[in-house]
Amino acid sequence: MSEKVTAKTAGIGVPRLQLKGINKTFGAVRALMNVDFEAYAGEVVGLVGDNGAGKSTLIKVISGVYIPDSGDYFIEGESVHITSPQDANRLGIETVYQDLALCDNLDVVANLWLGREELLMGTLNEVEMERLTLNVLRSLDVKIPSVRVPVAALSGGQRQSIAVAKTILRKPKVVLLDEPTAALGVAQTKQVLQLIRRLREQGLAVVVISHNLHDVFEVVDRAIVMRLGRRSATFDIKSTTPEKVVGAITGAEFGEIPAGTEAEV
Amino acid sequence: MSNELKTKNFVVEKLPGLAGTVPPPPAENFSIKTLLRQDLGFLPVLVTLLIIVVFFQISTNGIFLDPRNISNLLQQVVSVGIIGIAAVLVLLLGEIDLSLAAVSQTCGAITAVLSVYQEWNGWAAILVGLVAGAAIGLVNGFFIAVLRVPSFIVTLAGSIFYAGILLLVLGRQTTLTVRDPILRDLAPNYMDNLFGWLVPLVGIGLYIAFVLLEQRRRAAIGLKTKTPLRLGIQFSLTVIVPVAVIWLLQSYNGVPIAGLIWVGLVVTFWILLTRTTYGRHLYAVGGNSEAARRAGINTTLMKLSIFALASTLAAFAGIMLLSRSTAAASQIDSTLLLRAIAAAVIGGVSLFGGRGSIWAVVLGALVIGSLENGLTLQDQEQSIKNVIEGVVLILAVTADALARRSSNRR
Repeated sequence: MSEKVTAKTAGIGVPRLQLKGINKTFGAVRALMNVDFEAYAGEVVGLVGDNGAGKSTLIKVISGVYIPDSGDYFIEGESVHITSPQDANRLGIETVYQDLALCDNLDVVANLWLGREELLMGTLNEVEMERLTLNVLRSLDVKIPSVRVPVAALSGGQRQSIAVAKTILRKPKVVLLDEPTAALGVAQTKQVLQLIRRLREQGLAVVVISHNLHDVFEVVDRAIVMRLGRRSATFDIKSTTPEKVVGAITGAEFGEIPAGTEAEV
Repeated sequence: MSNELKTKNFVVEKLPGLAGTVPPPPAENFSIKTLLRQDLGFLPVLVTLLIIVVFFQISTNGIFLDPRNISNLLQQVVSVGIIGIAAVLVLLLGEIDLSLAAVSQTCGAITAVLSVYQEWNGWAAILVGLVAGAAIGLVNGFFIAVLRVPSFIVTLAGSIFYAGILLLVLGRQTTLTVRDPILRDLAPNYMDNLFGWLVPLVGIGLYIAFVLLEQRRRAAIGLKTKTPLRLGIQFSLTVIVPVAVIWLLQSYNGVPIAGLIWVGLVVTFWILLTRTTYGRHLYAVGGNSEAARRAGINTTLMKLSIFALASTLAAFAGIMLLSRSTAAASQIDSTLLLRAIAAAVIGGVSLFGGRGSIWAVVLGALVIGSLENGLTLQDQEQSIKNVIEGVVLILAVTADALARRSSNRR
């Protein structure tokens, strides 16, 4: 195990989010084995690993979808008990899944405020919601032609940004992004990476699951590598190379050269 | 509530520069494309309606736009129009209700039977008819929302079942004539001249006041406002069209009460759909049910309530039909349901859920009603009427499918 964490990015104070000794099995499959995880305020953590390494399981444990068999969950140092996604949301953990969960037929404002609309004398306060929407989008530096177009008319990057902005309205402590750039072109990927930087500037702990090592090196401060259900390595991105990370993902670091398999990066 | 307040603070503290200063309100781009997407989305249907009107006006030597015929036309479309509102609600959910016509006539018959055989007071009979509609809707909704049976099957079975109930309720009678003055006067009467003008004009005045108020609120905090030109066009249309119609109707017998009730229902549901969380959530469930669920919307309750609302509206339409024809019939009018759904679809309500406005029903019902009325004036055979109405419907649904495909292409 190579723990290469610098004092600059981690270890200062109490982590926003911390998991210790998480185990999760599905029947005979041990998806997570004694996994620790931590994310600090104002940093972007990349969660990387090959298919089946346990990334998704870990994210689902963090976001409350799965309940771990054993292990402890801390938010800002306090032990919490999370049994549902709603619990996680209440405690300030927001997850943006790959499907984004947007209503294509509704405009940007309606999507952002869905389920928690501002009211004025029992009716929708469109003016106030539009104003706050513009403020949030500006604070995240998201540019869209109009907040009154249906989100179906927006590009993939813009939709991703809207999905993130929707979580920001809930004033989260930690934002988890599941493959935020997976379906995007070059320009749109750039937009989303910029958005992730803005989230970090706002003092959030951001966790990004990614298959794309290029993106990881663009935006992430610290990369946590999962391999075969274990946390196999942690890298400070500024002092490492893609080769080393790939090595950790494929297990080449430990001398076991995967026969005929390419690391999916 | 406290959560919302926190959000506001959060936003403001992130943007110190924006909290205090108000930049000059940017005017909105006045392009044909945005107009087509927003206010003029109805343009194709409106043009279709105009073509139909002009065609019949010429081919019937001016009888079509005669005040008397317009008054008839308006009364003819009320039942289809009210069931059409119900159809819009269900279609917005992305579901379908094939039992609306059967429910409508069954509940009308229940009201008729209570009035004639049980000698109930007219209002009490109407109330029970409406409650029966709501109960039927809850049963439909239970199968669809809770047991997750496809709405197509549930309501198809329902339509057969309620047609049977209709026969049971009416017994050996094939028609049951009502005599209660309350029931008989509901639909066919006219407003007196003063109220015929006053009620619509007050409504229009309120609408204009609300639009102007909202524009002022938007300008005050620096949001985009509509250009005066666009507001002018919008207001002229909302004044000119109703005034012209009322003027025509007043030169015959006045504004039909049934027509006013219909438009009143459309306005009520328009406010419900566009100005309340309930309406917003309905569109959300129709657009992406999973996203709506994750946003904390109770999708099961939404479906239940919409089916209950739709069946209640259908029951009301049935009572209006009973009042207009003064009798309940044991035979289900086979075209009632299809014309109501066609009215919604022709007006641009998507069959796939989440897209369309309640005003679609007004335009759609007028298109269908004008065709029916005009072809009757021309003494056309039923066969020709059916063929033409069928062609118009398939064109409307094709347009919907094509529009949907192009909007999905990003």
